Amino acid sequence: MSLISALARGQRLLVPRAALFKASHLGVAVLALPLLAPLVVLLLAWLDLDLATWAHLWETLLPEMLLSTASLVLGVSVVTLTLGISLGWLMARHTFPGASLLRAALVLPLAIPSYVLGFVFMGLLDYAGPLQTALRAWFGESFEFEIRSLPGAVLVLSLALYPYVYLFAQAAFQEQSATHHDAARAMGHTAWAYFWRVALPLARPSLAAGWALVVMETLTDFAVVRYFNVITLSEGVVRLWIGQMDRAGGVQVASLLLVLALALVAGERILRYRARYLQLSGQTRPIALTPLRGWRKWLATAYAASVVTLAFGLPGGQLLVWAIEDVRSAPGGTLDVVFSTYLFNSLALSFGTALLVLLVALPLAWHLRAGSASPAVLRALIRVAAFGYALPGAVVAVGILLLLAPLNTLVAPLSSNAFLLSGSLIGLLYGYLVRFLAIGLNGAESSLEKIAPSMEMAARTLGAHSGRVIARVYLPLMRSELLTAGLLVCVDVVKELPLTMFLRPFGMETLSTWAYMLASESAWVGAATPALAIVVLSLLPTLLLMRRAVLMEVRA
Amino acid sequence: MKTILSLSALVAVALLTGVARPASAQTQVVNVYSARHYGALEKVFAEFTRETGIQVRLSSGSSQALLERLRADGKQTPADVFLVIDAGTLQLAAEEGLLQPVRSPVLEAAIPAELRDPQGRWFALTQRMRTIAYNPKRVKPDEVQDYADLANPKWRGRLCLRPATHIYTIALTSYLIANRGERETERIVRGWVANRPQYIDSDSRILETIAAGKCDVAIVNHYYLGNALKRDPNFPVALAWANQRGSGVHVNITGAGVTAGAANRDNAIKLLEWLATRGQDAGDAGMPGGNSEYPANLTQKPPAILERFGTFKADYAAIARYGALQAQSIKLLERARYR
Repeated sequence: MSLISALARGQRLLVPRAALFKASHLGVAVLALPLLAPLVVLLLAWLDLDLATWAHLWETLLPEMLLSTASLVLGVSVVTLTLGISLGWLMARHTFPGASLLRAALVLPLAIPSYVLGFVFMGLLDYAGPLQTALRAWFGESFEFEIRSLPGAVLVLSLALYPYVYLFAQAAFQEQSATHHDAARAMGHTAWAYFWRVALPLARPSLAAGWALVVMETLTDFAVVRYFNVITLSEGVVRLWIGQMDRAGGVQVASLLLVLALALVAGERILRYRARYLQLSGQTRPIALTPLRGWRKWLATAYAASVVTLAFGLPGGQLLVWAIEDVRSAPGGTLDVVFSTYLFNSLALSFGTALLVLLVALPLAWHLRAGSASPAVLRALIRVAAFGYALPGAVVAVGILLLLAPLNTLVAPLSSNAFLLSGSLIGLLYGYLVRFLAIGLNGAESSLEKIAPSMEMAARTLGAHSGRVIARVYLPLMRSELLTAGLLVCVDVVKELPLTMFLRPFGMETLSTWAYMLASESAWVGAATPALAIVVLSLLPTLLLMRRAVLMEVRA
Repeated sequence: MKTILSLSALVAVALLTGVARPASAQTQVVNVYSARHYGALEKVFAEFTRETGIQVRLSSGSSQALLERLRADGKQTPADVFLVIDAGTLQLAAEEGLLQPVRSPVLEAAIPAELRDPQGRWFALTQRMRTIAYNPKRVKPDEVQDYADLANPKWRGRLCLRPATHIYTIALTSYLIANRGERETERIVRGWVANRPQYIDSDSRILETIAAGKCDVAIVNHYYLGNALKRDPNFPVALAWANQRGSGVHVNITGAGVTAGAANRDNAIKLLEWLATRGQDAGDAGMPGGNSEYPANLTQKPPAILERFGTFKADYAAIARYGALQAQSIKLLERARYR
């Protein structure tokens, strides 16, 4: 390990770098700074520090907010990591009845946004819902359980978010080289010890990337916590800012969120400090799948199938039933027009954003990779630029609105007030970029991280210039992870809600804004139709992700 | 890889130019920030467009979120009309200079003085009463004559309420403070909280929960029950008009004003005038009719389903204070540990 890093450092001396690289640093800084700007505008809210607000907060909601945020993150982390790792391992290393179908189906819940899963579970599981009504019929009137609670929120968020861990875990376990496995077993490790001491540590960077997504989604969730009456920090942001008209206070609490997310992710990084997990080339000998036998194989099937049913089959089915009811009761023709428009809007936005995010993330990630000579300041700048993902969408939106407001005064006269930056497509895409850059960056970075510097060195030794190294060595090795990241962005944009609510141009509804408006009024039947459309739309990229998983299997 | 990239670039550009297509200069438009999203409203706007040729473009959100958005927009707001479901929010927007005064004989004739701003910065379009709903099998009407009755310990575990975050709860608290002062209001709210209420962030789900047998009493907006009864005439929940011996039941409004920076001011006024007259229909195509609300234009009849609720006294005097009391109400709710 130390030899490799020494070589990596030495390589910097070998390759001549001239003014060209400084220009590229400047370019990256120019790319990163606009992403930072809304965050900076928000941090300026600390200048408005009002101790009385904080004293009041501390006496009323803050302790509860901190406690429920911590419990929620802990609960969701434990459940998603357990589900994600166990399922990822089963799918990457074993065969059992229905495995190939389930391997793909386990990704399906990604297509259901948590706020949709939340209202479906609420409708199914609360006191007036069908499950408790049926249970009361069997066990008597006094039977009841409270779904509007922390465990309820943990359940829903975990079911919605475990695929992030699962995807990364499965990919990581799958691409691990058989050499490691054989070496470990040859040295007398049991299968169990091999999992804990070799496979799991090797998968750690990937697991951390998946887990980071889970944590950030959990921290910034504002819909599920509201349905389930859990007062977290992000709920606190909404309460302060929207409820009490205290923008500064809201933003200050939001920056607490930011610090928390940062601390968790940085903490994980520090814990695996210096440990680097490298794969030597793109063509390692893959591990053969072990068939499970006897009761174990049926247990595996039942386990995976029940997760899919709970997280996708049940809510999807309920949405379908509601949507059919909605379409039947809607006056003829009204739904068609609305849908084609909303569908188009959601589709266009998700494609556009995915492309934008990758285009911006690639050069940024390039400057973060181990072998790059980027100065520490630049690296820090890029890291901070990706923090938008850890902020509630609504807060990012306000940062952007505040930033664009003065620009409006410049632009408006040029177009005789017909065009304003706030409430324009530019503003919306800008918001998406700030919010979702982290996904692109994560994907690009973790794929770069796993490419041994020795590969670049070899290419350079053979006389390839840096452009050629990128095109012929890096991009082909990164392709699958970049595609994954792009698809994740697509799914996230189709599902995205608060930012879209705030920044979308006038008259532009998307499926998500429409579904949420109706769901927030408990018009679940009406909300089901757009919600189902979101699910179907997110299924397309999700199916592509699955196809990739299947292709990998075929190659193996 | 390159093909994938360039293909998706092409698709993205094509789609985005599709999304970005601007309204042509000839099309008359009015841009509305709207906090109403009952679905029925869409019909009103479609009707308006059919009659006037003016296209209505909506952007929705909660009343409070839209106010915050209007603030962030400043003078350059793309919105022409600010349409929300709370008088307090309208008053705050007006006080902050975000809405402009409108002189319109049509609006002044259509909407009674207590349901509009004296300076014409906002006008009510519908009225909604927030009052007590109960399970008639387990509760006698004389047990639930006032909001304060729900503080009685006998309702422990039998009470359903909307969370403190919702503007309906905040406006109700402001109404109580306006009527009975802060101390008495806090006593009432603490009484509710002591009854360990079930918090449900949806009036219609609250009604369904009463019907299922969990809550026996709750506070809801009247039209949720009206709409439920329209679907099922035997829906097993009853309505009690609160505070009839005092100043009357808590009334709030759907109301709208023209924004200070409205680029399409004339169209905005036309829309308000239309909504206050033609749009007041008691049938499904009207703003009150589509959602079982009471019209703000008193020359119009209320929707037929509301006849079941009988006549009642509403407290119009308190409306003017919702805005000023909002911050105080939120603090009170937090202090009383109302969730």
